[in-house]
Amino acid sequence: MATTPVVNEGALPPGRAQSFVRRLQAGEELAYLVTATAAATIFLITALILYELFSQSAVSRHTLGWSFLFTSTWDPVAGNFGALPFIYGTVVTSVLALLIAIPLGVGAAIFLAEMAPMGISNALTFLIELLAAVPSVIYGLLGIFVLIPILQRSVVPALKSVLGGLPIFHGTFYGVSVFSAGIVLAVMIVPFIISVSREVLLSVPNDQREGSLALGSTKWQTTWKVVVPFASTGITGSIFLALARALGETMAVTMVIGNTPQIKASLLAPGNSIASVIASQFAEATGDLYVSSLIELGLVLFGVTFVLNGLARIMIMTTGRKGAH
Amino acid sequence: MINRLILPAVAAASLAGVAFAALSLTGAGATFPYPMYSKWFNEYNKLHPDIQINYQSRGSGAGIQQVTEGTVDFGASDGPMNDKQLATFKDKRGCEALHFPTVLGADVPTYNIPGVTADLNFTPAALAGIYLGKITKWNDPEIAKANPKVKLPSSDIVVVHRAEASGTTYIWVDYLSKVSPEWKEKVGVAAAVNWPTGLGGQGNEGVSGQVKQTEYAIGYVELIYAIQTKMPYGNVQNSSGNFVKADLASVTAAAAGAATNMPADFRVSITNAPGKNAYPISSFTWLLIPSHIADANKKKAILDFLHWMLGPGQKMTAALSYAELPKQVIAQEEKAISKIQ
Repeated sequence: MATTPVVNEGALPPGRAQSFVRRLQAGEELAYLVTATAAATIFLITALILYELFSQSAVSRHTLGWSFLFTSTWDPVAGNFGALPFIYGTVVTSVLALLIAIPLGVGAAIFLAEMAPMGISNALTFLIELLAAVPSVIYGLLGIFVLIPILQRSVVPALKSVLGGLPIFHGTFYGVSVFSAGIVLAVMIVPFIISVSREVLLSVPNDQREGSLALGSTKWQTTWKVVVPFASTGITGSIFLALARALGETMAVTMVIGNTPQIKASLLAPGNSIASVIASQFAEATGDLYVSSLIELGLVLFGVTFVLNGLARIMIMTTGRKGAH
Repeated sequence: MINRLILPAVAAASLAGVAFAALSLTGAGATFPYPMYSKWFNEYNKLHPDIQINYQSRGSGAGIQQVTEGTVDFGASDGPMNDKQLATFKDKRGCEALHFPTVLGADVPTYNIPGVTADLNFTPAALAGIYLGKITKWNDPEIAKANPKVKLPSSDIVVVHRAEASGTTYIWVDYLSKVSPEWKEKVGVAAAVNWPTGLGGQGNEGVSGQVKQTEYAIGYVELIYAIQTKMPYGNVQNSSGNFVKADLASVTAAAAGAATNMPADFRVSITNAPGKNAYPISSFTWLLIPSHIADANKKKAILDFLHWMLGPGQKMTAALSYAELPKQVIAQEEKAISKIQ
């Protein structure tokens, strides 16, 4: 790596200054400065968001203390604020989305990278990446007008008749629910998993495949036992990128989740999520405690994301060892 | 935080104004009257090309907050400022916040009961009971007695309310508080409340969409939204005992009923107003203007706009489905304009 960045050029002896200029012309110092600035900016933005969320939520943190995290009432009139139903809704919808999106996304990525002819693979990938560019309000509308009627007419009655004994499928289904939100989120995050995982699978060196085939493995054994483990780090990364997207999704979730801050065992019951309640209530929130509580919810979401990112790192470290490195 | 986020937007809006006009006024607040305000500011600008009024429809809460901070020339709100907010305003700005009613709005109950096409009648006790979660079946005696000719099903009522904080909700719960002591005590009045029951829809379209898709659902939407989307809606029993269908005339009648007792500061709720034809779930929406405006040009422009809004401006309301102010209120406001120094 290059030397430390030079802050004050004029103070340097002429010889060193000249060599700095030469290196600048060669691009070394410039590249260092530009990339370091870029990295520092990202760090600064993150730190600033965290600082703002922390300082602006002071009223709520002091008034409500830790009970904010563990109580379930959200009463702007009386000034009682509890984040638990929102945390629950955010985590449950995101996990549900991952449970659906991981098999679908990784499966599709394996097919596109390893099995499909290149032309088809490229065309399909292009379409999948288009999906990632659809605005979330469109997903929300599709959720309300297409998905929910289908769920009401066929999927939920079928689920109830087969798995109706499970508490997660109890109760009346009004269409808007944690379940619907999870499915909409799954559709929204699948493109991230497919797109990134496919790239990672394609970048697995061909000698890995050839070596495996030469040892007598079948095509599928090669894919499943050699290529996928080799790419597992990147695939895990794509899953956590998708998870982050699911945790922070606002518009599509608020349109289909039912916006009822409650914790019910049934996935068919309406719920609410952190991002959704912030978006719905921030503009009209009056009073210091109310605004401050909404900002503290932002801090909580930051915390949830932080914890899950940490988990991602641990998983990458453990699965990385299994890979071919 | 809000202000820090808004400032650049306001600054940009002001700059845009400066480029085209000699004088630029900035306001922020309620979304409900935004189409009306936007039309007014546009028409007013045609008459006075040197005055540009920019309005950010970011919600009533934001309107109150920004006019209190002094980052805008005027605010706008669907609910009047409370005493605490007025005290804060006085502390920060050194003058009073004046309320000027501009137009009227109303909330209407809308429902989806298969087989029922007639307009349903709702008593105050029925609406409060449904939203408290105490009346759970459509054939409940409280609903049935007001609709003797309708065959009501025994199905469970699915209650829908607004998910986000909104002026529409404020009017709805303000009404429920007046007609139901239990609501007042248990839930109270605010732009967002801790709902005893029901599902939350995002915006008028979210509530109406949810009602349309869910059999046996009931929700509430703004009258203008119901008129423009041609939604069916029910009649509500007013304080004289009549079942009244909301329309521009019955909403103006509610304001006229309340005008006899209009306080000098216009901070009045006109839900459940007296009057034979008054629609009970109606409300004013207000402009919030500081009583002292240091900039003489801005002051002159605001005074002139208020006079214009109360005169020719009121003639434009019906075209956009807003109910116009009753004459008594206009006369009283004309006098109040002189309070701006």
